[in-house]
Amino acid sequence: MRYNAFQILRHGLAGNRGWRPAWRKAEPQAAYDAVIVGGGGHGLSTAYYLAKRHGVRRVAVLEKGWIGSGNIGRNTTIVRANYGLPGNSEFYSHSLKLWEGLEQELNYNVMHSQRGLINLFHSDGQRDAYARRGNAIRNQGDDAILLDTDGVRKILPWLDFEQTRFPIYGGLYQPRGGTARHDAVAWGYARGADRLGVDLIENCEVTGIAVEAGRVTGVETTRGAIRAGKVGLAVAGRSSQVAALAGLKLPIESHVLQAFVTEGLKPVIDHVVTYGMGHFYISQSDKGGLVFGGDLDFYPSYAARGNLPMAEHVLEAGVTLMPMIGKARMLRSWGGIMDMSPDGSPVIDRAPLEGLYLNTGWCYGGFKAVPGSGDCFAHLLATDAPHPAAARLRLDRFDTGHGLMDEEGTGAQHNLH
Amino acid sequence: MRLDCPLCGPRDLREFTPRGAAVHARRPEGETWSEAWHHHLHLRDNPAGRSEELWYHGSGCTAWLIVERDTATHEVFSVRLAAEGGA
Repeated sequence: MRYNAFQILRHGLAGNRGWRPAWRKAEPQAAYDAVIVGGGGHGLSTAYYLAKRHGVRRVAVLEKGWIGSGNIGRNTTIVRANYGLPGNSEFYSHSLKLWEGLEQELNYNVMHSQRGLINLFHSDGQRDAYARRGNAIRNQGDDAILLDTDGVRKILPWLDFEQTRFPIYGGLYQPRGGTARHDAVAWGYARGADRLGVDLIENCEVTGIAVEAGRVTGVETTRGAIRAGKVGLAVAGRSSQVAALAGLKLPIESHVLQAFVTEGLKPVIDHVVTYGMGHFYISQSDKGGLVFGGDLDFYPSYAARGNLPMAEHVLEAGVTLMPMIGKARMLRSWGGIMDMSPDGSPVIDRAPLEGLYLNTGWCYGGFKAVPGSGDCFAHLLATDAPHPAAARLRLDRFDTGHGLMDEEGTGAQHNLH
Repeated sequence: MRLDCPLCGPRDLREFTPRGAAVHARRPEGETWSEAWHHHLHLRDNPAGRSEELWYHGSGCTAWLIVERDTATHEVFSVRLAAEGGA
């Protein structure tokens, strides 16, 4: 069923009893051309583009829980393309362009809202760094505007501009940046993939990767063995465990990144604002909750919860930047499991094992990457050649040292990003 | 999460800085690039469970510590001085 205004009217008048589930509950078949492990944003978008752009007929997505039960359903929903280094720059630019046509592409309202993103800066040196980054963004063909203090004041008059420690010197503004409804992205891609014949198989955990004569031939799952011509891993948060099933060791550490939501408030913050000096970023959901987060706790963790010191730090930073939120009451907090790579940038590449493909290392950037990652991973799976927008997201860059993408310039080692 | 420093006793997490997997404290032989260095700097077992990590007690005794910990539950099993055979 295509969704449109007529359907809403028709079903509304009939008591809304005619809506059908948005995708089938597929049963696993014995064999597929391609199996994608992981039914999150990246896995679902990969399956969608495999079927849509490459005509791969028999595709399955295997999800150990339910569709959208991982980080795609719990994140801070920011969409942007403001990276400075080749590799990240063209990739996120490609992804943002896909976001801009996503709702028409999927016939699904993902509530993509280009409300604008502002990265604040607080010193002359930081202004220079942002000017340079802004130029890199514009060279890539994306939008970036360097605002001075008055420019920021016009848009965000309620910030504490005169704070003694980190006075606000200005901001780098990306009007095309914004947010989207995270669950809807998963549901939209799931529905789109299902309509193209992809089997979405839930409650199906991969427990083994079958290898014959040096080539991956399928997977073992809690719902039986499945043969596959190609296997793609899109299991951010659990990449190391799933890759280990094939005997691989990845350049990944899993870390906890906390985020927080307040109870619903009247509209007050109509942009995405980042406060680089305090490790704090914030936006307001359409439901009214202030959604904000900070930095990693910085110790490896799969616990899906953080500790109080980082929570305290994030809240202090927020209240320093915008004292008005001090009386907002916090509704909940959570910790996502992040694949952290040594240089803080992702990998979309073939694994050193024929028939196996890796999509990993998304660090903080996984949500905004969903359309681009799916498109590029599908291209790699279908053609065995990297998509031009993801050609630099190579696995071997850590070993060779060529093409490292260390955006902060802190080094390409674990625990630095 | 609190860590029981062998020199200072149980202390708040705020006093410590994590430095990742304990393998970080075990430098490979040789000063030129090799597969061993790639493993040392980049590749990780990254276990979801019992794990050995390197921590620094920067706001306390400044000792480097080897912490044995469960990454899935945050339970801490042991804290040893890296200088005394932990590393």
